Amino acid sequence: MELFLMTLTTGIMVGGIYALVALGWVLIYKCSGVLNLAMGEMTLIGAYVSLSFYSMGVPFLLALAISLIIGFVLGILTERIFLDKLIGEPVLTVIMVTVGLSFFFKGTVEFIWGTDTRVFTPPVFSIEPIHIGPLIVGQVYLWSFVAAIVLLIVFVCFFKYTRWGLAMQATADDEMAALSVGVSARYVYAAAWAIAFMAAGVGGTLLGNINGLNISVSYLGLLVLPAVVLGGLNSVPGAIVGGIIIGVLQNLCGTYLDRYFPGAVKEIAPFAFMAIFLLFKPYGLWGWERIERV
Amino acid sequence: MGTAAGMKQGDELLALSDVHMHFGKVAALSGINLTIRKGEIHSVIGPNGAGKTVMMNIINGLYRPQKGTIRFKGKRINTLKPHARAKLGIARTFQKVEVFGGMTVLDNIRLGRHVHYRSGILSGAVYLGRAKKEEIEHRAFIEEEIIDLLEIEQIRHKPVGMLPYGLQKRVELGRALALEPELLILDEPLAGLNLEEVEDMARFILDINEEKRWRVTCLLVEHDMGVVMDLSNRVFVLNFGNMIMDGTPEAVQNHPEVIKAYLGEEDLYATRA
Repeated sequence: MELFLMTLTTGIMVGGIYALVALGWVLIYKCSGVLNLAMGEMTLIGAYVSLSFYSMGVPFLLALAISLIIGFVLGILTERIFLDKLIGEPVLTVIMVTVGLSFFFKGTVEFIWGTDTRVFTPPVFSIEPIHIGPLIVGQVYLWSFVAAIVLLIVFVCFFKYTRWGLAMQATADDEMAALSVGVSARYVYAAAWAIAFMAAGVGGTLLGNINGLNISVSYLGLLVLPAVVLGGLNSVPGAIVGGIIIGVLQNLCGTYLDRYFPGAVKEIAPFAFMAIFLLFKPYGLWGWERIERV
Repeated sequence: MGTAAGMKQGDELLALSDVHMHFGKVAALSGINLTIRKGEIHSVIGPNGAGKTVMMNIINGLYRPQKGTIRFKGKRINTLKPHARAKLGIARTFQKVEVFGGMTVLDNIRLGRHVHYRSGILSGAVYLGRAKKEEIEHRAFIEEEIIDLLEIEQIRHKPVGMLPYGLQKRVELGRALALEPELLILDEPLAGLNLEEVEDMARFILDINEEKRWRVTCLLVEHDMGVVMDLSNRVFVLNFGNMIMDGTPEAVQNHPEVIKAYLGEEDLYATRA
């Protein structure tokens, strides 16, 4: 029982990080319909930027803030340079461009930072675990979860209560109508990429704190896909719940199934679960059901 | 924003001159000339597929014509994007309602105020005081002017997607009005409404046009001939992308070609069944 609870807690905490990255992904998809396959590499860039500044002696929070700012700028540049011209082009073209971007980003990261695993030294979070009742939780997990949740709340408040958040929702809902009330779609797309890049960077940084940082952190980019599919592709709460579900699922499988199927069951489980889940709920948990009237 | 300095009733507000629009080899509009004067209700009629909606999309910037000029308040606006034209004071509703279905009525109308907010993306987050004050002013405008005018108090907090079609059309009109436009494009505002809703909507259009508070110039696309002839100052008749005539409702009703092309030989006032 204790093992189960611990696995569950760790799962939820890692899931918080997935949720953050999933939120960024959903935002781009919701606003501009772009299925972004470069999300994982975006997490890499953000993570390496904060690691570099941290290694130079910059305090961790400041390093994170710098990585957020750089993420913001890179997000806008990516949208302006690579995706702006693709508005209205076939879906497959856009997807292929994001695949290209993912290779480009990955290559850039390898070129600048190399391929060795790097860790945050000295460790940002104390390795002394915290006891919460019967549970023992690593500080790095706990604080990562807290950071992810704080950012999630900030982003959700941004959408719900600011004019620009409202404008983004409007564009996602009905672009033509949004244009007619004076919302510039270009600003909205650029803002979506900027926020996604920032969220990805924080996600990558937190994960890098847990496992160390190397190219394989970009696997996170694939992992958000089952998370957002579970949530229903264009639902913000769906992305958050989906992210946490995937985190829990991964950890449970790692703990209980790994002895029977040694190896990569942890990696495969989210995708297997997604495939089965879609058989029963093809629109995900909160996806828009498109009812075609014939 | 949007105040026409020195513009009087009857001055040219919008002008299309020699506008051509074709999609591939299909000519949707060929050589359209239209002048809309401030304070008028100018209707555009014509059979389905005549190019009416294309014309509206050209005025609001969703399409760009291959040839011809569009002037708004004397300024050439051909190259402006739709959101920029909204800032100049052109608002519209759509033939098939385009509302933000997942949002409440209030949020839909709030979005119509988008161009009137002064605080930017950062100041909106930082100068909470100023942004908050602004928000209160806009809120008062929406509640007292628009919600009141359109009689939608009871549904303020309902998501628009859940409302019946007639009310969705009303919310869409409210959103367009929130922009405080100088020119309001109404693309078939009465289509799909029942008789009572048609009467209400016609009354709203008249109020918007005549009440001192609003005095909005309207460009109306509509099939309901009774309403068109009653409301309009001028009527523009379009057929297969060509202008048949542009004149007063009386002149249009007596024009032989119009009768042949669109109204049918029978009673002009035979409205929808």
